[in-house]
Amino acid sequence: MSRPYLVVSELSISYGNISAVRKVSFRVDEGEIVTLIGANGAGKSSILRALSGLIPFSGTVMFRGTDLGNMPPDRIVALGVAHVPEGRGIFGNLSVLENLRLATWQRKDGDGVRRDLDRVLALFPRLNERKEQPGGTLSGGEQQMLALGRAMMSRGNLLLLDEPSMGLAPVLVRDIFRVLRELNGEGTTILLVEQNAHMALQTASRGYVLETGRIVLTGTGRELDADPRVKEAYLGK
Amino acid sequence: MFYIIQQTLNALQLGSIYALIALGYTMVYGILTMINFAHGDLFMVGAFLCFVAATFFHMSFIPALLLSILGTALLGVVIEKFAYKPLRQAPRVSAIITALGVGIFLENFTLALNPYPRFIPPLVCNLTWTFGELSFSLLQVMIITLSVILMLLLDFTVRRTMVGMAMRAISWDKSVAPLMGIPVNRIISATFAIGTGLGGAAGMMYGLAYPVIDPYMGIMVGWKAFISAVVGGIGNIRGAMIGGFILGAVEILVAAFFPSTYRDFVAFALLLVLLIFRPHGILGKPHAQKV
Repeated sequence: MSRPYLVVSELSISYGNISAVRKVSFRVDEGEIVTLIGANGAGKSSILRALSGLIPFSGTVMFRGTDLGNMPPDRIVALGVAHVPEGRGIFGNLSVLENLRLATWQRKDGDGVRRDLDRVLALFPRLNERKEQPGGTLSGGEQQMLALGRAMMSRGNLLLLDEPSMGLAPVLVRDIFRVLRELNGEGTTILLVEQNAHMALQTASRGYVLETGRIVLTGTGRELDADPRVKEAYLGK
Repeated sequence: MFYIIQQTLNALQLGSIYALIALGYTMVYGILTMINFAHGDLFMVGAFLCFVAATFFHMSFIPALLLSILGTALLGVVIEKFAYKPLRQAPRVSAIITALGVGIFLENFTLALNPYPRFIPPLVCNLTWTFGELSFSLLQVMIITLSVILMLLLDFTVRRTMVGMAMRAISWDKSVAPLMGIPVNRIISATFAIGTGLGGAAGMMYGLAYPVIDPYMGIMVGWKAFISAVVGGIGNIRGAMIGGFILGAVEILVAAFFPSTYRDFVAFALLLVLLIFRPHGILGKPHAQKV
């Protein structure tokens, strides 16, 4: 636990003249589930996109001792960062199996890939039933499972999750969070971005509350869940 | 009867050349949603590379083919890097205008090096089989066979390999593909290499079949192949192949029954009619523009 895992310091992101994230610092330790919560437009997704190399940023991001600054996204994936983007990012023209296999682009261990494929299909029987179907024909919940399955196939050690509950029925949200806890139990570290703050804070060991590009509150999941200021951050003062 | 078989062979020969070129248009469109209007001129470069290989280096068929394919593939990759990549975030129309400019550059660069039409020496021995009224040459058989082999290889690559999967993934959503660990720029380069390489192969075969070549030969053939790609459904690989053969057949049919000057008119009329009734082509799917 003492070895620094993900350390983000003074991260700033801007789109043209508009600054979306201002000098945000936080850390995630190995084996934790940490959540970033905040209202729409608080900069949560931007932070995840910066961590996986999709958008430029200033400040430093260190992942297991490696500086992620200026690193292209495919190399960051190779380091073990798996990003499940907002809207899940399923390739609708590729079959379920192809979606899963594509996520192993950076892996060279054929045997391990086959084992992981069996594991994913066993964990999500719905995907197994539909493995030859194009990803675009899946329901929202199935697509989210496929997105998680892809992250497992890439052997992500750090899982960046952007709004996994978005657009899903409550029963499916519970399923997804159950899988997240399972993955975490097997050693995957998770950084979770959510608008569904209550669900996220109940699952996470620690959380950070973002408001217009800044961290305004931090604490354990339980503390934040009970804190009236969290609600304020959502509704505005 | 013989006459029909004869014309079918002619249609297959012309169609397979159109199909090979159409693949380049459709692959680039599929992955970057831009029309590479320099593609017809890359086809011309392929023919000239074959001319250089045969005339100055006295290469035989296979080495000349490899030179044409690899030379145009490399040129395609370089053009993408220096002319199109800087415009990837720009409006599509900027990239398309740039492509037109690159095409004009290629024409005039070739013209500056070589202002005269050239004759490609025959690389395939002039063997012709005759059955009654039916006659076909070894060259004709080779063009059709080679084109079909190249198309089957491409179809396999796109459908069954990781690189092909990555190409399809990028064409669906360029922003998510890097999160799968896909090196997007390298896949785009590979797409250009394969697409223009096929165009180069087509240039060589066209040059052998109709051996007088000049720097402007790519313009009309390029437009025809572009029509093929649109007829088949731009962005769709099997569509481009089908479109190429359809256009080849239409042109041979027109030339068989009407004065041959009607050929181009009918080809372009086909495009216009199709755009009215089936704007997404034969195999293309109507696709809502993503915002």
